[in-house]
Amino acid sequence: MSTEQIAQVVDAKGLSCPMPIVKTAQAIKGLASGQLLEVLSTDPGSVKDFTAWAKSTGNPLVEQAEEGGVFRFVLRKK
Amino acid sequence: MTAVSDPPVPAAEPAVAPAPEGEVKPRDILIICYSGELERIWAAMILATTGAAMGATVRIFLTFWGLQAFVRDDVRITGDNTMQKMMSFMQRPGISHRKLSKMNFLGMGPWMMKKLAKQYKSAEPKELLEIAQAMGVEFMPCQMTMEMFGLKREDMIDGLGDPVGAATVIGLMQGGDAPLFI
Repeated sequence: MSTEQIAQVVDAKGLSCPMPIVKTAQAIKGLASGQLLEVLSTDPGSVKDFTAWAKSTGNPLVEQAEEGGVFRFVLRKK
Repeated sequence: MTAVSDPPVPAAEPAVAPAPEGEVKPRDILIICYSGELERIWAAMILATTGAAMGATVRIFLTFWGLQAFVRDDVRITGDNTMQKMMSFMQRPGISHRKLSKMNFLGMGPWMMKKLAKQYKSAEPKELLEIAQAMGVEFMPCQMTMEMFGLKREDMIDGLGDPVGAATVIGLMQGGDAPLFI
């Protein structure tokens, strides 16, 4: 677990493609460089999608976990 | 003596050098929105919003039946002459009035599709269109289609760019845009 503070949480639980990624892209715009964004999703496709999104946008995926069917991603704004 | 040719040696490195980590500049995406069916308009809107979310510049060229989906929902009959008016009467324009290419069943199919999308919390085309516009996706109507169907700027949804022709589309492809014909 990171001890750094999460600046914002996107609750995308229950949402299907493409909404978790779209909501993440919209939310990260409001953050300052270096701040952390946490995304919660129940879409199994989001595991690969968030890796691809992080690679394409250059916002690193710093943490990834799954608990009880909920995927948790922590992304750092570049 | 038999000449034995060496098997081709596979290239060790890909032809295009990978960009340095964290500095991937995504290719611009050009969607040619040609078909007006619900399922195709939907796919175009999903890919456009996702492309924009991934940091790509996304442009959509609206042409033929694809352009009719971007007539305002509240416009019923379009065109100047009888044939153009008949065309819009037979297939109602607007993104909320799309038909499925299969299993349309007088609108039952699209109604069920939208209900399922709501149930599984995906977004329907109209909602995705609004998101795409908010994310800066560029919409380019086809000049020739506008004329052929007798469509006017005031018939179209707000936020469309200037009408362009096929040369603009080809130019963008030649410039390296990833093209998608939907």
